[in-house]
Amino acid sequence: MSKQINVALIGNPNTGKTSVFNALTGLNQKVGNYPGITVEKKEGICKLPRGVKAHIIDLPGTYSLNASSLDENVVIELLLNKNDKDFPDIAVVVSDVENLKRNLLLFTQIKDLEIPTVLVINMADRMNYKGISLDIPYLEKHLETKIALVSTRKNQGVDHLKDLIANYKDVSVTPCIDASEIDAEYFGNLKKAFPNQLLYKLWLVITQDVNFGKTDRNEIEAIASFKTKSESELKRLQQKETIKRYQFINNVLKKGQTIDASQAKDLRARLDRVLTHKVWGYLIFFVILLTIFQAIYDWSSVPMDFIDSVFASLSEWTNDKLPAGAFTNLLADGIIPGLGGIVIFIPQIAFLFLFIAVLEESGYMSRVVFLMDRVMRRFGLSGKSVVPLISGTACAIPAIMATRNIESWKERLITILVTPFTTCSARLPVYLIIIALVIPDERFLGLSYQALTLMLLYLIGFGTAVFSAYILNKILKIKSKSFFVVEMPNYKLPLIKNVALTVVEKTKAFVFGAGKIILAISIVLWFLASYGPGEDFNNAENIVKAEYASENLTEDELHQHIASYKLEHSFIGITGRAIEPAIRPLGYDWKIGIAIVSSFAAREVFVGTLATIYSVGSDEEETIKNRMAGEVNPILGGPLFNFASGISLLLFYAFAMQCMSTLAIVKKETNSWKWPMWQLIIMSAFAYVVALIAFQLLK
Amino acid sequence: MQDTIANLKRGERAIITDVSSIHIPLKLLEMGCLPGNPVQLLQVAPFADPMYLNINGTHLAIRKETAIHILIEKIADE
Repeated sequence: MSKQINVALIGNPNTGKTSVFNALTGLNQKVGNYPGITVEKKEGICKLPRGVKAHIIDLPGTYSLNASSLDENVVIELLLNKNDKDFPDIAVVVSDVENLKRNLLLFTQIKDLEIPTVLVINMADRMNYKGISLDIPYLEKHLETKIALVSTRKNQGVDHLKDLIANYKDVSVTPCIDASEIDAEYFGNLKKAFPNQLLYKLWLVITQDVNFGKTDRNEIEAIASFKTKSESELKRLQQKETIKRYQFINNVLKKGQTIDASQAKDLRARLDRVLTHKVWGYLIFFVILLTIFQAIYDWSSVPMDFIDSVFASLSEWTNDKLPAGAFTNLLADGIIPGLGGIVIFIPQIAFLFLFIAVLEESGYMSRVVFLMDRVMRRFGLSGKSVVPLISGTACAIPAIMATRNIESWKERLITILVTPFTTCSARLPVYLIIIALVIPDERFLGLSYQALTLMLLYLIGFGTAVFSAYILNKILKIKSKSFFVVEMPNYKLPLIKNVALTVVEKTKAFVFGAGKIILAISIVLWFLASYGPGEDFNNAENIVKAEYASENLTEDELHQHIASYKLEHSFIGITGRAIEPAIRPLGYDWKIGIAIVSSFAAREVFVGTLATIYSVGSDEEETIKNRMAGEVNPILGGPLFNFASGISLLLFYAFAMQCMSTLAIVKKETNSWKWPMWQLIIMSAFAYVVALIAFQLLK
Repeated sequence: MQDTIANLKRGERAIITDVSSIHIPLKLLEMGCLPGNPVQLLQVAPFADPMYLNINGTHLAIRKETAIHILIEKIADE
């Protein structure tokens, strides 16, 4: 027989739950979202002795069954719904040897739901070092459970845990606490109204204030014989419940655990003294940030160039080898460059997540949250907004997903709305080419003007993000309970396996999440750029041939001129010329207009579009740049890309919301089109106004 | 006026005497911020906010606006 056992892995954050998950499932894991909501769902398969398989779900970290965020809501929703296909046959609660007391609170709650529950005590290798000793048989007896002492770092105890899971039927389901002890009268009435229901389960349904199980709660409130309590009374009862649970836990641990404090050597205190210091703390954080930026740009430029050239030659190869036709064009000019546009960001995103994973795993990120909270709060953000704002320099999409752990909805929404202002890597190609054109390659006091401009653009991005957060904080009238409780975990050396799995997972999520949209848009753009109405477009070849008949053009040059002419008369070209009156005051001509229109899908499309318009055969930056430098402004005369129009364009790209994938992810995370539409309108309008002012002042 | 966690100085220890369950997130109570439990202020960020505490063995940071609702009795240093 090969029945699959459903296992739910539950535990406080920072207990090494993910390490246990990785140890059990290895590479047999996949990440997705829970149906209908954006919370991440991790599941995997674990092979048990005798050919049995366990299906393991890694639930989001939670301190208790009282949910205060969407993440935590998932846990309770699964545990209360017996009909869910993932409902666990056994719950595995992961705790950490140093915080056993607090971890047991969650354990007793789950056990009271009468689900077979085993306890994993993780990081057992630190016991001696911390002077902790445990009487396992005593604890097993009084907690009425089975315990596995595990060290994922040393790979100990995992087999024992697998045995316990395989024998889940032997695990006791006796509750730890009789719920009616909390308030005899209230629970007595509850029992009378619902004689067939588990009392503790009813209590949880009543007290959850996150959008959960509405039908159940309405049912309860509909029964007249049962008097509901006010919110503050319920809160008081929850406090009473918590105290009761701690009393039980303290009693058990009094005999089951001994701690010899003199043994403990406190590395944490010493590190904290430096890393959370008022001066040194910020300095170290700043240095770490610089290192990350440096790494993201320096280290990833090599693989990025490589990917770029591979896709360029792949596109060329397709064009050459496949029979000419619409399908080949779609493949060579739509799909392959579209895919290339996604794949090229993999190195940067992977590096960024590598750093973030290391900082999170080591416990440093919580210190950053602590250091930055006060500063960020002035602007309506939370200390936890720092991570999204940093991630935004690689790509806004994963950054916006990283806001999920911010408890206050208002702080989270503001973070989501301002993150696209941070300079993401897609702006970089645009910045680099325009800076090279309009900023002199000279040095002042040893500093390169071009490098300074680039840095300034980054600062403008951050500055605008923070400034607009400040404004949003003033105008958004959202009441949301804002509380801030951050656990400061112990410092740990990150496990390579955990870091590697996170990087692979997140990168995959980006490629498949954002990728789908970028690819779809590229195909649409390709269509709009490849087709056009009327004679001009359809007869492009003959018209251009006639025009250049007297000149001696090579086959290649002629092709480029035809392509350029076609683009000018395609749907996109027509749009570009239609908006010319609107962008002329910004210093742009219709060609830049086309590039702007097409880069509303994604900014990096700008350079490629200009390459096509200026009929440059290759995507080589140098050739595009030369062609751009030679372009003349049709109205004002002089070079089209001069200091004024260049700065105007840089600023436009710094502020405009030109990224469909970001809009899509914002829609998903805020669950409405309202916020992404506001983002699109306001950011673009702001970009327009700033670019206009810049050009008019500088020209 | 009674002492609250917000009045602690760096390194000082105290015992929690009372918490106002309306002003304090349940999460904090569940992390051990309950009457009778020990607390020590480990570090403060600039402007004394947030505060980095060791409450009953759990290391955590809370904002000052929460800290003023946790009543304490200071323990003199031995």
